[in-house]
Amino acid sequence: MTKTILEMRGITKTFPGVKALQDVNLDVREAEIHAIVGENGAGKSTLMKVLSGVYPAGSYDGEIVYQGQPVAFKTIRDSEHVGIVIIHQELALVPLLSIAENIFLGNEQAKGGVIDWDETRRGARKLLSMVGLQEDPDTLVTHIGVGKQQLVEIAKALSKEVKLLILDEPTASLSEKDSAALLDLLLEFKNQGITSIIISHKLNEISRVADRVTVIRDGRTIETMDRADMSEDRIIASMVGRSLEDRYPKREPKIGEVLFEVKNWSVYHPLHSERQVIKGVDIAVRKGEVVGIAGLMGAGRTEFAMSLFGKSYGRNISGEVFMHGKKVDTSTVRRAVDAGIAYATEDRKTYGLNLIDHIKHNTTLANLPGISRAGVIDDMTEMKVANDYRRMTNIRSSSVYQITGNLSGGNQQKVVLSKWLFANPELLILDEPTRGIDVGAKYEIYTIINKLADEGKGILVISSEMPELLGICDRIYVMNEGRIVGELAGSEASQEKIMRSIVRAEGKTA
Amino acid sequence: MTTETVPQVPSSTSSARSVLQANLRDYGLVVALLAIMVFFQITTNGTMFRPLNLTNVILQNSYIIIMALGMLLVIVAGHIDLSVGSVSGFVGGLAAIMMVRWGIPPLLTMVLCLAVGAAIGAAQGYWIAYLKIPSFIVTLAGMLVFKGLVLALLGGASVGPFPVEFQLLSAGFLPDVFGPITIPQGEGAPLTLHTTTLVIGVLATLVFVFTSLRSRKRRQEHGYEAEPFAVFAVKTAVLGALILFFSYLLASYRGLPNVLIVMSILIAIFVFMTKRTTLGRRIYALGGNSKAAQLSGIKTERLTFYVFVIMGMLAALAGLIFAARLNTATPKAGQGFELDVIAAVFIGGASAMGGVGQVAGAVIGAFIMGVMNNGMSIMGVNIDWQQVIKGLVLLGAVVFDVYNKNKA
Repeated sequence: MTKTILEMRGITKTFPGVKALQDVNLDVREAEIHAIVGENGAGKSTLMKVLSGVYPAGSYDGEIVYQGQPVAFKTIRDSEHVGIVIIHQELALVPLLSIAENIFLGNEQAKGGVIDWDETRRGARKLLSMVGLQEDPDTLVTHIGVGKQQLVEIAKALSKEVKLLILDEPTASLSEKDSAALLDLLLEFKNQGITSIIISHKLNEISRVADRVTVIRDGRTIETMDRADMSEDRIIASMVGRSLEDRYPKREPKIGEVLFEVKNWSVYHPLHSERQVIKGVDIAVRKGEVVGIAGLMGAGRTEFAMSLFGKSYGRNISGEVFMHGKKVDTSTVRRAVDAGIAYATEDRKTYGLNLIDHIKHNTTLANLPGISRAGVIDDMTEMKVANDYRRMTNIRSSSVYQITGNLSGGNQQKVVLSKWLFANPELLILDEPTRGIDVGAKYEIYTIINKLADEGKGILVISSEMPELLGICDRIYVMNEGRIVGELAGSEASQEKIMRSIVRAEGKTA
Repeated sequence: MTTETVPQVPSSTSSARSVLQANLRDYGLVVALLAIMVFFQITTNGTMFRPLNLTNVILQNSYIIIMALGMLLVIVAGHIDLSVGSVSGFVGGLAAIMMVRWGIPPLLTMVLCLAVGAAIGAAQGYWIAYLKIPSFIVTLAGMLVFKGLVLALLGGASVGPFPVEFQLLSAGFLPDVFGPITIPQGEGAPLTLHTTTLVIGVLATLVFVFTSLRSRKRRQEHGYEAEPFAVFAVKTAVLGALILFFSYLLASYRGLPNVLIVMSILIAIFVFMTKRTTLGRRIYALGGNSKAAQLSGIKTERLTFYVFVIMGMLAALAGLIFAARLNTATPKAGQGFELDVIAAVFIGGASAMGGVGQVAGAVIGAFIMGVMNNGMSIMGVNIDWQQVIKGLVLLGAVVFDVYNKNKA
């Protein structure tokens, strides 16, 4: 029962500019459910990518022993070949292929290159019943919900005769009911002798299913706990590693008059026009104030911010926006920027940066008139602007001519911030400003936020990390299902109170 | 927002090697073009660099180069335009009908034809920019439509000849306002030089050297990196000498062709636009990441639309030049030009993914194609093998690019 199936020893992995993993050790026993916890950016996903061959052997230091044999996977195929299957946070299904086709993708039930459809459907049906999914194998994946898609991924893993199943935040986008079903399935697999590694933020789920927990922080293994020693307090203490005060720079808030107000903001879904995503939201931000919006995934926070910022999301948008008490037009990005609003996106790679261009050009993109006369760019002014902001936000790069695609997440985020700071907004909306960046860079970003608030700007922070909101905000709104369901002063807010607002709201709508 | 720190002054020059590496591709293209020309100079027994032949190379490729300017914008913006050949053929045919059948004066015809080109670009750009229909499909449809329309317009026959003023667009040369110089030579005919061309060549060289020096000085004054003086001096001297040499060669034939003047002005405008204007910067941002560009306040749809309008106008201009050169409009005119134009832009280093590409690269790419056509024809290489070799050069250039990028 205590046979070790996997041992990772002294794993170190560096990216340009960041040491993602440093001497990480992990041992996993056969037929156990092993949880890996840690903050965003702690290195959990990187570790799993090392294990599954996404980062090929040779690109990291350390050794991996699997079923008693040292292994060096060059590709994902190599690791799958010996029964290690990883299911990523972003599902890797082809939406317009059927369930059966997806299950056997790359592993087609075929003779001489000709697909045996009977065998494909029969196999798919068998695997679907194993994961408890009652769907026709010919249904297109796009027609089933995320929870069911997750199960299809698992069925696909089973088809590869999985021995070690790795799930990266499998329940992040699942409903309560789907999550419970998924966890039951993992327990079921355990009885059949399949080992699982589960990466999760949800401590209640971990205490329900995990046999052991390994905590990773800042790219290092902190400890591995047995089920008997597991308590939420201990896990959290281990994860955070230091008191909250140290992680958030101190600030004396100097809060002024109301700067920005939104009244009765409503937005409908861009495709399903009958679905209301934002339902009559009212919020306000004062000068010099840092205001947070808390909420679960899918609460509508990003949709709210993007619909405000030049109608970049949704349709049938209604409601009013005021700056300094005067109604302003934010119906295009240009107008919103002119009104003094900036929005730094949660997804810097897709929406924030031109990754093939360098820091200089990215920094000035949102305010080209600021470096040009009559449409002609003054190279020297641009150079000065780029260098000034690079210094101010402390971007670590060889020069402003470094391509942003080669920067680390933290430095990319600083380029996005630079871009919006140069647009000189009065209200800065920051959507998940520290997602996926290391602790040091987070601190720097909080420092920038504080500095901006001290200069009298209003800051609206959207974040899924409650400790972060509690650490930096003067006031926190709680959003759930497109509504503001709570408002807490920073001094009296706590994770519990935020969760209670959400849960109470859920109770009302249910 | 102010920062207290003293502006750090990086070393005012960087090493010669890093500059060479950074600009390997840019210099590499020029060197490749010269190498190909020297190769043909040898294999054609000295025909390549003859003034008559050089003039011909310019005349033969002017319309490809002009379209390559627009195509560069289209490709940088992340699109493609397959219709340019057919559109240029159609506009050439339209010009012929206007002047020969309807008797509209050449100048008015040219203005109207450019407007028609812009309208065609706008019509295609509308679908691509606002309705998000892939440019490949819209312009493929355009290619078929205008290929058909020119046949219908000309009734399957050639229409010409054109008024003399119109022919000057392609066949004309800059008049020699200073009168020619004649230099007697020991044996054979005396050498006659086109003075105005020489004067313009010298002026262009001086302007080039002066602006290079000024921009270098400005960079240093602001404390930013400049290339080492030796590299700068060699580069400027070589390029300056090349301009002088070519103006001398042209002067020893009939001087500057009108087309070359039109082309040079257009190239200068496009270099300026892509390098120095907000419009150019926005096109690169659009191609690099259209979503990020949009969220930075750039009106991506309108920008895409404009890019296709510009392309349409340039295709029309190319059509006029081609018709003027042949002195007749034929239903087959323009066919296959789109492929040469697209190839030129890709040889010039543009990325099929958008966001990357230089005007100078596209122009040199077009010249590489043109010189190969010219050289191989003089050598007597059959048209079939010419196609094969051109195809391989295109593939090779892009493979070289991708390989370099992966290595970096």
